[in-house]
Amino acid sequence: MTTLEVKNLVKDFSIRSGWHRSTLRAVDHVSFMLVPGRTLALVGESGSGKSTVARMIARLEKPTSGQIVATAPDGRPVGNRRFRDHVQMVFQDPFASLNPFHTIEHHIQRPLRLHGRAKSRDEVDGLVAQLLERVNLAPAASVAHRRPHELSGGQRQRVAIARALAPGAQVLIADEPVSMLDVSIRLDVLNLLARLQREDNLAVLYITHDLATARHFSDDILVMYRGRVVERGPADEVILHPKHPYTQLLASAAPNPEARGRSQLAVSGSIEASGPALPRASSGCNFRDRCAFAMEACAQVPPDFSVGVDHAAKCWLYAEASAPEHTVVEGSPA
Amino acid sequence: MTTTSSPTAPDTRRRDTDSVLTVEHLDVVYQVASPVHAVRDVSLTLGRGEILGLAGESGCGKTTLAYAINRLHRPPAEVTRGSVTFHDRDGQDLDLLALENEDLRRFRWAKLSMVFQGAMNALNPVTSVRAQLDDVLTTHVPAMTRRARRARCVEVFELVGVDPGRLDSYPHELSGGMRQRVMIAMALLLNPQVMIMDEPTTALDVVVQRGILREILRLREELGFAVIFITHDLPLLLELSDRIAIMLEGEIVELASADEIYLRPQHPYTRKLLDAFPSLTGERGAFIRSGASSSREQLPGTDPNEVDPR
Repeated sequence: MTTLEVKNLVKDFSIRSGWHRSTLRAVDHVSFMLVPGRTLALVGESGSGKSTVARMIARLEKPTSGQIVATAPDGRPVGNRRFRDHVQMVFQDPFASLNPFHTIEHHIQRPLRLHGRAKSRDEVDGLVAQLLERVNLAPAASVAHRRPHELSGGQRQRVAIARALAPGAQVLIADEPVSMLDVSIRLDVLNLLARLQREDNLAVLYITHDLATARHFSDDILVMYRGRVVERGPADEVILHPKHPYTQLLASAAPNPEARGRSQLAVSGSIEASGPALPRASSGCNFRDRCAFAMEACAQVPPDFSVGVDHAAKCWLYAEASAPEHTVVEGSPA
Repeated sequence: MTTTSSPTAPDTRRRDTDSVLTVEHLDVVYQVASPVHAVRDVSLTLGRGEILGLAGESGCGKTTLAYAINRLHRPPAEVTRGSVTFHDRDGQDLDLLALENEDLRRFRWAKLSMVFQGAMNALNPVTSVRAQLDDVLTTHVPAMTRRARRARCVEVFELVGVDPGRLDSYPHELSGGMRQRVMIAMALLLNPQVMIMDEPTTALDVVVQRGILREILRLREELGFAVIFITHDLPLLLELSDRIAIMLEGEIVELASADEIYLRPQHPYTRKLLDAFPSLTGERGAFIRSGASSSREQLPGTDPNEVDPR
């Protein structure tokens, strides 16, 4: 069962500098499925297009082409009117995503009323208290009347999560939900998200640049590079046995306390680390200008090659190992 | 709680020739309506050529301590107690807290430089990078000729791995990683003996971060400066530093070698910080879904093969 399916999503931004116009393909034919009770992580460096995918799913950005299809628990497609009841987003910066003029209560009442979850005053108040308690902001009565500046970053992000749950969302898009928070409370917030997911059987899209939390928090991982999904598979597989050269680079670059004594600093020396500043390869594999294994075939865009169970990499290195699978999708047999 | 509880306790008292900076019993207070004691009784030594990591959460006083060492505080911040001594290469000891005017100006950047938090904002957006590097040289080495300054700018750019052709660029024309490298180049200009790096890689991607860390280590090998590296990213420090100081609410609660901190953390807060960073390749451990178990463990979705039929 899927709650949200993304098919061949493309987003072009037009860039104007003087008279010259060009387009930048921020998202290039991205497809995946979100399944209730499962978390899909979307990882990649800044500028890889992961946030653009999130914004398109939350309908904050219009796709250039491709489809985003939401399915209600009863199996029927979710229409435009109900789309935002179904899909909600938690933003990166809880300092910017809450209105400083409004009380916490107001932030949660509004979606309850607007999405028709509750009518009478008592009903609304009851649900607000319930939501605040679910995100561990108790006693709810003392938090409800405060304003965002009176809360810490972690508490604010909890309010943002409660607000996202208020319309009864089945799909939660979490765009770097903990990167602005202090290290010691990041885990609490992620654990909270995991608990809520379990209680409500939510489908979660977790967008992050942190490979370690992506591995531990999610079931499957998509690795994006310059708009394309270059590798996808089960979380442990992708991180522990990365196949695409870019994923290998990412995994080797992440700080790893197991590798004390700077042994890791010596590896991956062949790949210069100034990625986004380089001109983008105009055709073929996006990564080939940084790739240590670049070869002639890379002038063509590689399809997804299967490199394991539900594990695929967009890289010609695996061309011989398997037949291309053009339609590998999360959680379903290709 | 002081560093005396750790095995390196004698270290903090040490005044050997091989240390370059000694901080003793430093207190910094923000003298506002209700005074904030931001740094409490901090003592540490920095060995010549050593990389000392300073870890802690936001608001724990890491940056306040760095500013105090570099004498960057202005009222209401006030150093109420303690001493900061710089042991110069030529054997002379400088009491940093007593430096005034010209002496302070001569000391700063020439002997101890700083890479500020957020390279995005630390560079002036309306002048070229070259002008900003040049400014440092004209101020500190007025005798330097134009040609020599040019050569030095090219030299430091090459040191940090940025194409000297970018010297005439404006900051917005450079990527985040390049701007960070420019900041490091600027801090290297006068060949300092100590560099304080305040979250130099926090806003950067892991791959770019890795490149910059490698650069810092290489430069240290070549030029032999000591580094105080401030960050909240403990895994990064474990990999990079010789010793690590853990700060909590203005105090250094633990100071030990990276191995000690990782393998035998003494203070509960150190353990908490270590737990906050899940290991990339290790066991899942206490991370996520402790207590109530995980959706991974509860749902039949653990094995990717099982998910499909639903």
